[in-house]
Amino acid sequence: MDCFQDTVSKLKRYWAGCGCIIQEPYDVEVGAGTMCPETYLRVLGPKPYRVAYVQPSRRPADGRYGENPNRLYKHQQLQVILKPSPDNVLDQYLASLQAIGIDLIKHDIKFEEDNWEAPTLGAWGIGWQVMLDGLEITQFTYFQQCGGLDLDLVPAEITYGLERISAFLQGVESVYDIEWAPGVKYSDVRLADEVEFSRYNFDLANVDRLWRLLAEHEAECKDLLAAKVPLPAYDQVLKCSHLFNLLDARGALSVTERVGVIKRVRDLAVGVARVWMDQQAPAQQEAA
Amino acid sequence: MNFLLEIGTEEIPHWMIPAALDQLAKLDLLGAKPTLDASPRRLVVRASEVPERMPDREEILKGPPVSAGERAASGFAKKQGVDPSEVKPKGGYYELHKRIPGRRAIDILAESLPTAILAIQWPKTMYWTGGKLGPRFIRPIRWIVALLGEQIIPFEIAGVKSGNITRGHRQLGSYSIPVGIADYESELRDNFVILSSSERREKIRAEAFALGAKIDSALLETLTFITEYPTAIRGDFDPAYLELPSEVLTTVMRHHQKYFAVESSPGVLAPHFVAVMNTSGDPEGLVKTGNERVLRARFNDARFFWDTDQHKKLADRVEDLAHITFQAKLGSYKDKTENVVALVHELAGNEYAQRAALLSKCDLTTGMVKEFTDLQGIVGGLYAKAQGEPEPVWRAIYEHYKPISMEDSIPSTPEGQIVSLADKLDTLRSCFSIGLAPTGSKDPFALRRAAQGVVKILVEARLGYRLDQLASGDLRDFLIDRMQHYFREIRGFKYDEVNAVLAAGVTTLADMEDRLKALAAIRPTENFEPLAASCKRIRNILKQAEFQPDGASVKSDLLESGPERNLANHLAAFVHEGETDYGRRLLKISAFRPHVDLFFDKVLVNAPDPKIRANRLTLLSNLLSEFSTIADFSEIVTTGEQKL
Repeated sequence: MDCFQDTVSKLKRYWAGCGCIIQEPYDVEVGAGTMCPETYLRVLGPKPYRVAYVQPSRRPADGRYGENPNRLYKHQQLQVILKPSPDNVLDQYLASLQAIGIDLIKHDIKFEEDNWEAPTLGAWGIGWQVMLDGLEITQFTYFQQCGGLDLDLVPAEITYGLERISAFLQGVESVYDIEWAPGVKYSDVRLADEVEFSRYNFDLANVDRLWRLLAEHEAECKDLLAAKVPLPAYDQVLKCSHLFNLLDARGALSVTERVGVIKRVRDLAVGVARVWMDQQAPAQQEAA
Repeated sequence: MNFLLEIGTEEIPHWMIPAALDQLAKLDLLGAKPTLDASPRRLVVRASEVPERMPDREEILKGPPVSAGERAASGFAKKQGVDPSEVKPKGGYYELHKRIPGRRAIDILAESLPTAILAIQWPKTMYWTGGKLGPRFIRPIRWIVALLGEQIIPFEIAGVKSGNITRGHRQLGSYSIPVGIADYESELRDNFVILSSSERREKIRAEAFALGAKIDSALLETLTFITEYPTAIRGDFDPAYLELPSEVLTTVMRHHQKYFAVESSPGVLAPHFVAVMNTSGDPEGLVKTGNERVLRARFNDARFFWDTDQHKKLADRVEDLAHITFQAKLGSYKDKTENVVALVHELAGNEYAQRAALLSKCDLTTGMVKEFTDLQGIVGGLYAKAQGEPEPVWRAIYEHYKPISMEDSIPSTPEGQIVSLADKLDTLRSCFSIGLAPTGSKDPFALRRAAQGVVKILVEARLGYRLDQLASGDLRDFLIDRMQHYFREIRGFKYDEVNAVLAAGVTTLADMEDRLKALAAIRPTENFEPLAASCKRIRNILKQAEFQPDGASVKSDLLESGPERNLANHLAAFVHEGETDYGRRLLKISAFRPHVDLFFDKVLVNAPDPKIRANRLTLLSNLLSEFSTIADFSEIVTTGEQKL
């Protein structure tokens, strides 16, 4: 039986074999692998790109103090971007399941409609959730728009929920019982931060300070956009997005504030996408 | 010739497939009638007797004038590529009857099919190649089979060339299967694709039923269109979960896992479920085990929510509603709750109804409803019950989203009816007030459904609110439109009956229902339609005479003895009786027919003496207004008119 880290490395190896760059996780808090610059920015423009990476994804409101066997404040995604998406992309995906030891002949696989939308990123796509014996193991999306911009080359985004797949492969009921490495359980590695971060997210985070931080990061982002440096500016967008999620988990956002902050973050994200695209333009001309 | 078109795609959302087939049914196959089939990965059109080519036709081409001479005629023939003998003079000009051979079907189809395929309307489309100017479809097209007889109809869509190669089931079938029209369906079957949706549906129904499933027709339809080779299996769960409310268990199974529930006796869940796989079997029981594990986790979630949600009572969650948006411009659910409570008060709801209104949206803040959104209301009701709220309160909360469709029943208690009414009416009033009335097919806030619910509750609970008291302006018109729809489509009254009752006055909806019933009952009787025709005649006479009723009564001394006096006496007696029962009143009105007929037979309304004329018009006007308290008969379309 494969432990968690075996499954992860098999998936990485598989996608490396399909021509993907294997990136390391991005080191700023994100709610999903989609938000990393490796996806958010790379899907823009006419340049083909293939990348796969594990991304720990933080969703403050999903924390359960380590008490719920299936809910985590921070879970791990394996994110794959194939730009443009190859014609046999679903076959490639199914082969990746074989690569981690799922005998497709013996299981029930369904592709069920599930379109994806991230208003704070001005991004949306069309796709499915992939169901394996009734368990959602993957989100598959054909990106249509990102940063409010139509995409030249439609990328396929494949997002695996690694804890779920590992729990399935190992036949355990709780994510905390997953064997991470031989003799080491998921709970040994991660339970403490689930407990502590749930306390932080729900009970301890200082709301006034979060608001001030949001304003500071927003201001920084605007300055960096003015200086035409989209990559550092985008880090500030991610900071703002995470602060928004924290405020939300703290129950600190009124309805109008919520709408307002979403718009502020979206404006920044769209601004970054524009500056990034402007910078790509000369490269395009060279290529032409 | 036989025809086959298979559009091979990635998995199409199940609910969109039937509508797409309806559109493909209109495909122009040179007059041949298409038959349709579909699975999630293929839309298939077949036909027999497609003509090989269009019939030849003759075109008359006008040539040079005869006066131009034979040389010009042969030049014309040469230009048209025919022998000069075929060019004949007619009416001063040379002309040619040119035979245009009909185009071959294969050429016509090769040209028309790509356009027709891409013209299918989908609720949401995507592009996948060629940037945003590329072709749009519901999901990427990956292969196309297009055959006419033995031949491939050649065309290309989104870089995919048509051919004779299909694909089997994703896991069980072959990736590349050459087919002809005759063996197409059996080749698919050999590759684990059951093409016929009705065969898949029956396979699921029979297998699931044999495993004890309670067949849910909407779920059956879903499963039919998310599988190519459906097979049902039964799984089990720990009976301890049966302690959770059956509403929760059923929702988890049906809506989240697409399982059929299994009942031990009607209304009592058994600790089993039936799942439908998209594969041929589960010999090692892996799929069963997997589904059981997923369901266990889902049930554990539900139990976790059930337990933790109880830590904070509904009554303590009202403030939390401030954080949940109802509509960006209309504010939060807390604002909405305040409106609904006030409206329940305004509608004279009792204190149970007001309490229920206050708590009605609180379940939106619970973990259970955040996870299982379709349980909103139901969960609130169950929690209120568990937290000791009186039965009229929890039941009203439980049922306040009802009716969720025209077929659904209304809330069962007066408190539930009033809370549901207030909730929907508030949504309608608020949305109309900021210009969000539905337009055309766009109705993002489901206002039509809300209005239907309002109408259904008002009628079926026989609530005593006059429509004008509940709504004005555009919203009043909108509700009247929904009311007409309800009475016609759901209750089966004829459109002119509904119009007649409406024209006689908008009162309470229950009263309008009573009037409609009485009208529909009297309608088939022999006197009714002739009387309705007379009413129309009276209305026209009054209109032509530009008669303005001034409230004057009929002057007895101006009446001519005979039919006129007779009619006036009958009317006076009728008014004196003041019959209020709609059925009996209509019966009495229809008994006027011979008197009215005789009056029109013998009496000249347009009498030379203006005083007598005015008196007669007054008589007719009074008659019409007495007749029109239940329904305006002049709205009734009589048999004679229908013939016109």
